[in-house]
Amino acid sequence: MTETNDSIAVQARGVGKRYGGLWALQDCTIQVPAGSITALVGANGAGKSTLLQLLTGLIKASAGEVTVFGERPAQTASFLANVGYLAQEIPLYADWSAQDYIDMGRHLNASWDESLMRRHLEELSIPLDRAVGSLSGGQRAQVALATALAKRPKLLLLDEPVAALDPLARHDFLASLGQAAADSDMTVILSSHSLPDLETICDRLLILEMGRVQLADDMDHILATHYLLAGPQSTKPPLAEPYVIVQETHTGRQSQFLVQTEAAKLPHGGTWHTTPVSMEEIVLAYLRHHQTGQPNKQNGDKK
Amino acid sequence: MITFRLESRSGVPAYLQLMQQVKHALRLGILREGDQLPTVKEVTKMIVINPNTVSKAYRELENEGLVRGRIGSGTFVLARPSGPSPEVQTQLAEEVAAWIVRARAADLDDEAIITLVRSVLHNEKEGLSDGNE
Repeated sequence: MTETNDSIAVQARGVGKRYGGLWALQDCTIQVPAGSITALVGANGAGKSTLLQLLTGLIKASAGEVTVFGERPAQTASFLANVGYLAQEIPLYADWSAQDYIDMGRHLNASWDESLMRRHLEELSIPLDRAVGSLSGGQRAQVALATALAKRPKLLLLDEPVAALDPLARHDFLASLGQAAADSDMTVILSSHSLPDLETICDRLLILEMGRVQLADDMDHILATHYLLAGPQSTKPPLAEPYVIVQETHTGRQSQFLVQTEAAKLPHGGTWHTTPVSMEEIVLAYLRHHQTGQPNKQNGDKK
Repeated sequence: MITFRLESRSGVPAYLQLMQQVKHALRLGILREGDQLPTVKEVTKMIVINPNTVSKAYRELENEGLVRGRIGSGTFVLARPSGPSPEVQTQLAEEVAAWIVRARAADLDDEAIITLVRSVLHNEKEGLSDGNE
C-alpha cells in the first residue's frame, strides 16, 4: 500500500464513465478527506452507483483518474483489503447464517475482527445460528454491515443501505454505523436518493445529478453559506458580489432567492427577510434547478 | 448527564446545536464545573450522529474555555459560559417577558418579534442605535 497522502481518502480528477454512447458519470472532480462520512445524494440514475463501483475497481473509468488512498482501484486482494462495499440489494445468501459469514470472513480476509462482528450482532440480539433469509430486513442489513466492518476497511462504501428499511431499522443501522465510525478512523461514503435519513450521520455532502457533481462540500460550511432572502419584487438579491443564486421564485410583489454567499454580507432589518435554510431545502433546490435545465445563475441575472 | 437531541430542519449545523445544548445546560446548572461530558462514543449511542461532529463541538467549547479535554479520560466542564449570574439572568428574563407582553399588545407575532430583535441587535453592533425599523 503506497502511503502518498493519508489525509485524502478518495481523489478523482475529471472522472467519467461511459456506457455505450451514454455518460453515467462525467467530469467528476472530488476530494474526500480521510475519516469523513459523505452522503452521496441524487435521483435514481444520477451516477451514484457508478461512482461507488469505480471506487471498488468493479468498473473502470472511461476518462480521468481516480485513486483511493493513493492507489488505483483494482479487484486485487491488497486493494480490496482496505475497501468494504455493500451493494444496493444487500446480497446475502438466504440460507447462510451470521455464523457462516463469520467463518467465511475468517477464510477470505487477511485481517478479520471476528469479535467485533460478534459484539455487533450480540448487542442487537441477532441470532448467529439462524438462516439470514429468516431474519427481518433490518437484521439482514445489520449482518451485512457487521460483515463489511469486520474486515476493518479504511474506506466503506454503502450503496442505498437504508432505502429498503423501515424507520426503526434505518435508525438502528445508522446508529451502528456512527458507533463503528467512533471506534475507527475509517472513511465512509453512503448513497441515498433522500438526504433526511443520512443528514446527522454525515459531515460531507456530494450531490450528483445527471452524472455531474452539483455540490461537494462540508455540511457545516454548506449550512453556513446558504440563505433564503425574501423581499420586494426584484431582479436580484441585495447582496454584494460574488454570490450564486441556487433558486429564485417571483410571485407578483415578492421575490425569493436561495443564495450561496458569505454570512457577513447578509442584509439585516430593512425590507429583506433572511432565514437559514435546512439541508433538505438546499438539496432540493440543487436538484430542482437542474431538472428545469437552468444552470446556477451568477450574480442575479434576470430570468 | 446531559442528553443531546438534533433538529435537522433548523438549518443550524449539528455541532452548533450540541454546543448550544451544552451551554444551555451550563446556564441552567444541569451541568456544573468538574462534570464530565459524555464521550464521543457515548453520544453515538445516544443519537444517530457523526462522531466527527461531536468532536468538533467539544473542540469549539474548549476553544471558548468552557470545557477541557483530557487525553484518555474525557472532556470536563471548566466554567459557566460568560454572562450574568442566574439572578441577573432571571431579572433580564422578566424584563423581556414584560416587553413581549407589550409587543403582543401591538400585534407582533413570534416571527415579527424575532425579526425586530435581530435587526436591533445588528444595528446596535454596527453602532447605529437610531436604525430602528
